[in-house]
Amino acid sequence: MLKDYSILIGGEAGQGSRMAARIIAEIFNFLGYEIYIYEDYQSLIRGGHNFSQLRASEKEFQSRKEKIDFLLALDEKTINLHKKDLEKNGLIIFNSDKIKSKRGIGIPIEKITKEMGGKPIMANVALISAFSKIVGIDWEILEEVLRKEIKHEIDLNLKIGKRAYEISKNLLKITQVRPMSTTLLLTGNEATAWGLAKAGLKFYFAYPMTPATTIMNFLAKREDLKVKVIQPENEISVINMALGASFAGGKSAVGTSGGGFALMVEALSLAGQSETPILIVESQRGGPSTGMPTYNLQGDLLFVLSAGHGDFPRFVIAPGDAEQCLYYSALGLNLAWKYQTPVIFLLDKDVSENTFSVNEKIFEKVKEENPIFWDKNGEYKRYKITKDGISPLAFPGQKNAIIKTSSYEHDEYGITIESEEVEKMQEKRLKKFETMKKEVEKLEAVKIYGNKKSEIAIVAWGQTKGVAIEAAENLGIKLVQPIFIEPFPKKQMEKALKGVKKLFSVELNITGQMAKLLNQNGIKVDGKILKYTGRPFLAKEIEDKLKNL
Amino acid sequence: MRQINLNTKAQITWCPGCTNFGILEATKRAISELIESGIPKEKFVLTCGIGCHGKMVDYLNLNSFYGLHGRCLATAQGIKLANPNLKVIAFVGDGDIYNEGISHLIHAAKRNSDITVLVHDNRNFALTVSQFTATSPKGFKGSSTPKGSIEEPFNPLELVLASGATFVARGYALKIEYLKNLIVKAIEHKGFSFLEILQPCITFFDNRKFYQERIYELNDFDFSSKEKALTKIREWNYKNDGKIPIGIFYKIEKPTFEELVFKPSSQS
Repeated sequence: MLKDYSILIGGEAGQGSRMAARIIAEIFNFLGYEIYIYEDYQSLIRGGHNFSQLRASEKEFQSRKEKIDFLLALDEKTINLHKKDLEKNGLIIFNSDKIKSKRGIGIPIEKITKEMGGKPIMANVALISAFSKIVGIDWEILEEVLRKEIKHEIDLNLKIGKRAYEISKNLLKITQVRPMSTTLLLTGNEATAWGLAKAGLKFYFAYPMTPATTIMNFLAKREDLKVKVIQPENEISVINMALGASFAGGKSAVGTSGGGFALMVEALSLAGQSETPILIVESQRGGPSTGMPTYNLQGDLLFVLSAGHGDFPRFVIAPGDAEQCLYYSALGLNLAWKYQTPVIFLLDKDVSENTFSVNEKIFEKVKEENPIFWDKNGEYKRYKITKDGISPLAFPGQKNAIIKTSSYEHDEYGITIESEEVEKMQEKRLKKFETMKKEVEKLEAVKIYGNKKSEIAIVAWGQTKGVAIEAAENLGIKLVQPIFIEPFPKKQMEKALKGVKKLFSVELNITGQMAKLLNQNGIKVDGKILKYTGRPFLAKEIEDKLKNL
Repeated sequence: MRQINLNTKAQITWCPGCTNFGILEATKRAISELIESGIPKEKFVLTCGIGCHGKMVDYLNLNSFYGLHGRCLATAQGIKLANPNLKVIAFVGDGDIYNEGISHLIHAAKRNSDITVLVHDNRNFALTVSQFTATSPKGFKGSSTPKGSIEEPFNPLELVLASGATFVARGYALKIEYLKNLIVKAIEHKGFSFLEILQPCITFFDNRKFYQERIYELNDFDFSSKEKALTKIREWNYKNDGKIPIGIFYKIEKPTFEELVFKPSSQS
């Protein structure tokens, strides 16, 4: 039988359930399992109910398992809310200092922590250690992982862990499935930060906004990645500053969610008009307006496609897991510079904040690429009209060149014009878009999963593709994931859908925005499977809805 | 001294006799002087917002980023971050930076970003055919306030001083040589330099006579004291009375934002 474990760890905000899940995930990673962690938390700092649902499997899954094998409870609410999802022979391990439960194994984790002189937060190490003993993880493996993951007061943490390990009884044996893996665990946001850094990012400008904030936090912590993190006064400043930095030759990116992106839209159009490279991470959350900050909806697709006044070219890229985030963020930054135009990197809460297994080999596939630079011959024209629409770049400070960039319509030198000559610049930018379209068809813009010969296909984008893979495989049908959304990879989509008689769109929004986009592009969608509770699909939900259609 | 030709091919579209010509001339003289003194021409970068002032960058043959209304101080700080060797000068208008982009002005001053801000303060939105701004006097009759504006103006120098600017000065568009000297000093200042330029709008708010009767030059002023600066700045609160001092009110040295960004270990 497939080794496929589901572990749910829950507690109040501030009890460290997320950290505990990450450490347990590292233990399973050590044993060669594929990891996926779904994060569910509320917009508050203390109290409430947070949980992380970890799936550790021999086979790669990027979706929650419906049933829970191990329920680890730091507080009573965790048991009350989730025991209904427990497998028949599932196991509850709980904090017996806070919870009274007839079922499961109680460990006095708070008492142990106190006796050893630890801080209350360290109780989660006691819980991890008790769990490890119960499921047969060697102390040596646990210790190695704890040493790697915990930077502060590791000796004290180990003392607490050891005590909890000693008093717990072993009940089963989870075994190694593969030799020591070369797999990293990353969230989509961490992977995005890595990809951007690898592609030569110099500045990341951001104003805090869930679920994009951890990109900023990660880059600020990882000084070795050599990206300066700047936190300006608001999103408008964020993007205008970034455009200034790009203009002066410093590769820049910004990150936010839908509301922050809305504030950036005037400058998005500026990036298009002034042909200034920029990568914008837009990590969607439940909308409209403030919506649900910590829950997911994929409701900004049509917004990012049409945001900005006037016509200008843009790329929109929507990766669906951490590996794709890493690869396509690097590619996206390179494309922003090659085409001197905005790239919108469209994430959603589940791809941003959930944790995925990432094969280290992906790092070898990303690198910084040089844009097209001025050859220093003759007079410099910032907006020189060329065959492919791309004008060579030079930066202020360059001798014998005057670099003028503008939000106004302009001539080749960047000087404001209002005569009918403006049509030349409109046409130049459109030509650039034609070049971008050809480029997209050469890239891996669309991915196919499941039964490639099936006449029934579903289309899913962003992190929804993870659970859609599971559903497609269970049903023996095809799944198509568009990663590039603009320019729309028409040829690749048509190829992917060749022979498909029935097509359904699976999305986390109420109107079916991808279905609408496909219809606009001449691809008929026969039905929509939509969910808009803020929580991701379970594979079974897709399967059931599809059977009804 | 030889003046370097900084003209472009752009046709000048200000009103005939516009006092912006005074600021343009003073800027040309100032930058010429700085180039002569050894700063390479390619090191200058101009930014601007949208309004009559913005046309400056089309008329100066120097690197420039013609930005968005109210936002060019953000752009200017980005440029300075990416290449701290550049001399970044932002031309802004009163509607531009005291209305639309006020948050960027306050925070750029707070950071002590090493950029120079020249405000063309004509005390109305002129390019949209005259509406009141944050520095229009109460009772200002613009196209949106035919009976006179009901709002009091604020004193931008007081605000910028409170926000942490390390160079605060005021000039007058029609005292060109005096203005030129202020622009040179503002550009030479290490840190956030703010130069408010009173610029009569001869078409919609011609207060040349008002200014000529009231303006006096601050010479030998002790600009190292924040208290003295504040008292001096409050001598005129953008109302229709009092004397109007021009010159440098405040100038101190402090680590710049860019220095701190690139030397994180020196942060305290």
